[in-house]
Amino acid sequence: MTLGLINANPVVQAKKERLVRTQDQYRDDGVDPLDIYDILFPILSFEWTKYVRDIRDPEHPYTLEQLSVVSEESVTIDDELDRILITFTPTIQHCSMANIIGLCLRAKLKESLPLHYKVDIRVSPGSHADENGVNKQLNDKERVAAAMENPNLRQLVDECIYSDEI
Amino acid sequence: MDLMEKNLELVENQKLEGHTDRVWSVAWNPVSSNADGVSPILASCSGDNTVRIWEQSSLSRSWSCKTVLEETHTRTVRSCAWSPSGQLLATASFDGTTGIWKNYGSEFECISTLEGHENEVKSVSWNASGSLLATCSRDRSVWIWEVLEGNEYDCAAVLSEHSQDVKMVQWHPTMDVLFSCSYDNTIKVWWSEDDDGEYQCAQTLGESNNGHSSTVWSISFNAAGDKMVTCSDDRTLKIWGTDITKMQSGEEYAPWTHLCTLSGYHDRTIYSAHWSRDDIIVSGAGDDAIRLFVESKHDSVDGPSYNLLLKKNKAHDNDVNCVQWSPGEGERLLASASDDGMVKIWQLATKQ
Repeated sequence: MTLGLINANPVVQAKKERLVRTQDQYRDDGVDPLDIYDILFPILSFEWTKYVRDIRDPEHPYTLEQLSVVSEESVTIDDELDRILITFTPTIQHCSMANIIGLCLRAKLKESLPLHYKVDIRVSPGSHADENGVNKQLNDKERVAAAMENPNLRQLVDECIYSDEI
Repeated sequence: MDLMEKNLELVENQKLEGHTDRVWSVAWNPVSSNADGVSPILASCSGDNTVRIWEQSSLSRSWSCKTVLEETHTRTVRSCAWSPSGQLLATASFDGTTGIWKNYGSEFECISTLEGHENEVKSVSWNASGSLLATCSRDRSVWIWEVLEGNEYDCAAVLSEHSQDVKMVQWHPTMDVLFSCSYDNTIKVWWSEDDDGEYQCAQTLGESNNGHSSTVWSISFNAAGDKMVTCSDDRTLKIWGTDITKMQSGEEYAPWTHLCTLSGYHDRTIYSAHWSRDDIIVSGAGDDAIRLFVESKHDSVDGPSYNLLLKKNKAHDNDVNCVQWSPGEGERLLASASDDGMVKIWQLATKQ
């Protein structure tokens, strides 16, 4: 997998103020989209550009959240079957980063959720040139398992998902 | 015997614990069975880079781990296959190699390592006589190996017509015709016109042949070899058939045609399907369930149709990656492997 930041001038959203949630807003059982977003939030703050080579614009250390990759609306949950769908929007059409972002999202959720949850990860419709190809790859668990055995990729993913635990 | 009329259930005999990561596949040793007094033996392979050999005690009837094949593969062992004699075990690994192990009973020795694939090896299969081995990989190729004397394996063919990862290879149960299925959504049939070992892709079963619309994960043949079942990420099982007489004459290629699609029964990827000697098709899927199907007794103008015999919900705590019926005569046992790290032994029995 080549790591390279292709989009030199991404459209940047203003960093949203995170709402502080009270205990009342948490459900007693199961998970809701806000819980999932909380799990993913640390990786959204991960400063990607520090870790990829061929950075075209090192002056812009953007995070995933600022690039509108994942928002609270990106999470769909099927309570009965314990299935989670994450839809993310890579702002760069031809970005190979979509695969790595997908792997990090999956790895972070695997670390944080009970094992029986089924997680599907997709790019949002129209957001990627090879939408079907990327979706298929992100959800083929054999490919994901093999990719995660690649030491370089594993290291990058680990740095991302544990980035809040310094 | 009409199975649909009997009140059947799948009973969990035992849970085999030991692997420290997901279990990808299981394989029954073909020469062991309850009927002739030889203890059944099962191999399982895992993301923990090892293969475990399990045996059932004839006295206590309980299963235990006989030996662990470790320190050879450096990455996930994805699948394994016993030679027809039961003397050898081939192991396919993400480390790009295929191990050949000699079965010394309580010990196994790695006697050869087949190299050549550019990346992960996904599946390995022996032909009916044990003279040929096939492997496949994410490198999109299918390799055929000749089994020679003195633990030598010679690469006889490299077949590169799939456009994506090849998930599984399976030799036909009686003829030296090879089948492969892929991430490219197709099944390919590899046939050698003369016995010179020149294999060509004789047929591709894709969407235009009523084929699958997503990754095809596995292939299994019925005992007669005139039908096969394939399963897919498209959440269907498909039944295919051929003219077996024409196939056995060996004079020309006997094409396979789509007979039936079982859809609406699975809502997650189906990773494995296996056809039993008594025509029960078992499936293992990403919803943690095991399902059994049998052919409908009612005649249909459109060809055979299949009914769901039973569904075992929560067969495992996670995806079921592999399901395999035990070989031989005697009691019907089923082995399953899962992402939950377990292997389970089941028995199909009449409800009491």
